Amino acid sequence: MSKPKLGIYWCASCGGCEETVVDLAEDILGVVEKVDIVLWPVAMDFKYEDLRAMEDKSLFATLLNGAIRSTEQEEMAHLLRRKSQYLIAYGSCAVTGGIPGLANQFPREQILKYVYEETPSTVNEKKIRPQLKFEESGREVHLPGLWNVVRSLDQVVDVDFYVPGCPPTPNITREAVNALLSGKLPPKGSVLCPDKALCDECARKDSKPTNVAFVEFKRPHQQLLDPAKCFLAQGVVCMGPATRSGCGAQCTSGNMPCTGCFGGTSRVRDQGAKILSSLCANIEAKDEAGINKALEGIPDPVGTFYRYGLAKSLLRRRVDLPA
Amino acid sequence: MNSNREELRIGFYVCHCGHNIAATVDCAEVARYVGTLPHVALSREYKYMCSDPGQELIQQDIREHKLNRVVVASCSPLLHEHTFRGATEAGGLNPFYFHMVNIREHNSWVHTDRKEATEKAKALAQAAIERVAHHKALEVKRVKIHADVLVVGGGIAGIHAAMTMANAGKKVYLVEREPTIGGHMAKFDKTFPTLDCAACILTPKMSEVGNHPNITLWTYSEVTKVDGYVGNYKVTVKHKPRYIVEDACVGCMECIDACVYKTPKFEDEFNEGLGKRKPVFIPFPQATPQVVIIDPETCLNLKTGKCKKTCVEACADRMAIDFTQQETFDEIEVGTMIVATGFKTFDAKRVPAYGYGVYPNVYTALEVERLVNASGPTGGEVITRDGRHPKSIGIIHCVGSRDKKTNVWCSRVCCMYSMKLALLLKEHTGAEIYNFYIDIRTPGKGYEEFYNKLLDEGVHFIRGRVGEVTDWAMTPEEEGKLTIRVEDTLAGYVRRIPVDMVVLATGLEPQQDAQDVRRLFNLSCGGEGWFLERHPKLAPVSTFTDGIFIAGGCQGPRDIPDTVAQAGAAAAECLALIDKGYVEQEPNTAFVLAEECSGCKSCIPLCPYTAIAFDESSKVAVINEALCKGCGTCVASCPSGSIVQNLFEDDEVFSEIKGVLAYD
Repeated sequence: MSKPKLGIYWCASCGGCEETVVDLAEDILGVVEKVDIVLWPVAMDFKYEDLRAMEDKSLFATLLNGAIRSTEQEEMAHLLRRKSQYLIAYGSCAVTGGIPGLANQFPREQILKYVYEETPSTVNEKKIRPQLKFEESGREVHLPGLWNVVRSLDQVVDVDFYVPGCPPTPNITREAVNALLSGKLPPKGSVLCPDKALCDECARKDSKPTNVAFVEFKRPHQQLLDPAKCFLAQGVVCMGPATRSGCGAQCTSGNMPCTGCFGGTSRVRDQGAKILSSLCANIEAKDEAGINKALEGIPDPVGTFYRYGLAKSLLRRRVDLPA
Repeated sequence: MNSNREELRIGFYVCHCGHNIAATVDCAEVARYVGTLPHVALSREYKYMCSDPGQELIQQDIREHKLNRVVVASCSPLLHEHTFRGATEAGGLNPFYFHMVNIREHNSWVHTDRKEATEKAKALAQAAIERVAHHKALEVKRVKIHADVLVVGGGIAGIHAAMTMANAGKKVYLVEREPTIGGHMAKFDKTFPTLDCAACILTPKMSEVGNHPNITLWTYSEVTKVDGYVGNYKVTVKHKPRYIVEDACVGCMECIDACVYKTPKFEDEFNEGLGKRKPVFIPFPQATPQVVIIDPETCLNLKTGKCKKTCVEACADRMAIDFTQQETFDEIEVGTMIVATGFKTFDAKRVPAYGYGVYPNVYTALEVERLVNASGPTGGEVITRDGRHPKSIGIIHCVGSRDKKTNVWCSRVCCMYSMKLALLLKEHTGAEIYNFYIDIRTPGKGYEEFYNKLLDEGVHFIRGRVGEVTDWAMTPEEEGKLTIRVEDTLAGYVRRIPVDMVVLATGLEPQQDAQDVRRLFNLSCGGEGWFLERHPKLAPVSTFTDGIFIAGGCQGPRDIPDTVAQAGAAAAECLALIDKGYVEQEPNTAFVLAEECSGCKSCIPLCPYTAIAFDESSKVAVINEALCKGCGTCVASCPSGSIVQNLFEDDEVFSEIKGVLAYD
């Protein structure tokens, strides 16, 4: 009997999710014992042609990390969908667009201009930009194009399950793989992760007062953080109340507030809007001046509340951008 | 049955509302369009859906066409949601499988373009069709009502309300912060327009209250905390120390005679400072309860600890004097409450041009009430602060009323009481009386007749707002007098009228601490600070908090007849609730998904009805359904989406949005 075939692929991502697979440490041997990894470009050499040659649904599952930004990524998403029985959106970028999704605040042209011409470290006097097509010695070289916006995987193809996190922690990765292999799976479309908010597993939970009554907000680097007290009680934005648990509260245990990478619970349609309405309603000042003063402590609200979820949120993108 | 899995069969009805809707919306077209939508089993138009045949139509269709959802597009749910839910229930469905679309107030009444209005009606109808598919069967809950009542404020409003309910056999707590009940009315001499002696009609009611077996009277006490909800309020009442054991004091007043102060030396509040009292005193002879009080600010023993305590000697075996008394608290349970905390009179010093507090012979109307009163500081003799019997008196109306610089509202009483005082002063002194008025307002039974009587009696009326009151004489006849300078707007020139005495008809204002009381009882206030009724015409004594009613001057300026009528109405509202025995609760309440709540506590401080608590054992938030008013604040703010509100579940709201956007 041949072992089930597993694909691991990356799109618009930083590579952190690939690291998590490595972070399984010796457990990876257990995984390899049970599956054949037939596609993992970051670690081994495979050709797209080989993949195309495979029969449809011949991969048992594919863990796809990264958002969909380029034409190539979209093409690969479709191809892997066709070849896989289970397509798993793995990591925040694939699940909700992730950090790359923040680019949806800006037009593509503005981003390219900044990156290739205007960053302080760029020297590009001829303003050369990457081209989709390039001919050299009679040979044509192609580069993938960029779409106007960043999309989550399920905005492009049908997704079976989601494993969130930036990156997903080894424990939930292991559980997800085990669930796939054992066939004990929740309904299609489920997030393979607990569905309660992070406060539930945060060691600081009991230190949160009933009424936080925010007077001001501080960012983590602006004050010494009490290692035992709820961040919100210290005036530091913590996404914990609006974020799925399952990570073991690693950030808050390490004295950093939750930034929300696991996304909202299944009952929430817009994680950013939820935490915004909760935090803002708990601001002590009830007059406009006082509220504005408190909010000065959050200079980048989109980057704070939609850090991982902009592409999949109700806001999604700049209104003047086509998909 | 009727679960969401069953095949949906929606019945849709669009109402013409006579011409109200049909003139602007093409109802036939709306019905036709909705009939084409998925799951719509039938779609009708009808002239008056709220009529009996209209309701019958719904019931019949439910039975004959096996409808399991009903949508009516008509007027505001405020008017007829109840009607159509009733019809839906009578047809055999859970009433909450009904949804209403407002195409009158939200559409036909505010639009003129028939085509556009019809399109809008279709979009709104589609939203309701999408929404109603997600509706669930809900249950109306009943909450029992505690039969005891609390009345706050022992003026004529509180007295009348308490008596009415006590006579109906209810147990009433009457809480008054002054040492006696009676309020402002107890200070009045006569009442307009009948000139009944105020004490003669009030004090019997006061002693009745004091002796009523069903009334627990707590004077010199204040409500400090209100918890709970309609039918089940928990109220904490603070009793301030009066240094007298109320049960032991028999009101013999021997302690007052025996006080080491041989003569009264301190300003007498009840007589507006015109008379004196001792540190141990009784506010006025008919005070209820008939119990003295010791003022710690002036009592030698309480201030210095050095006194012969002749009062204690005089009290002897009765042992009613207790200098060690402290604040005490009582916690009571009541089902309903009446707030009748009254008003305060305008501080005349805020109009410096009239010289109150500067010229001794300028009086407020309330001071004059005491001055002409037989039990007042002068025994009813009208004698000015500088010892004169006035030969001429000016009464200035609208002081602190109808004035952009102070209060814009009309006090509703100062015309009438000014005329009453004019008559009394004339009787007492024979002086010439001048009334300075802006308009004479006499809209009450027998009031205009009273005005006519005064005109016949030769009281002068000068139409004009007084510019100033001054002692600066410009002519020999003004020497030693107060001169009132006024533009007589009927005669058309500025007059100077010298008088011996000036009476300022001060207006009515909300109590100093009205905002604190408002918060305590969760009431609303209008911009001026008067407590707000739920509806100015149709719910004049109800408030936005169920089971709490308002009566008397705390709601706005009014006279005694209106106050008593309103107190009776408030009492009737309480009795209606108590005798019904329960309240039905709209099931649009919120609930916490205890399995999902992370216990982040974000919702707890946000609830305006303090309905959410944190359960320390399970570490999750818990909503008291009986307290929840369905405002949705916690639902919107729950960061993990673990609070759900009946009738406003996410699926319902989002599908409604989807529906309205789907139509184009």
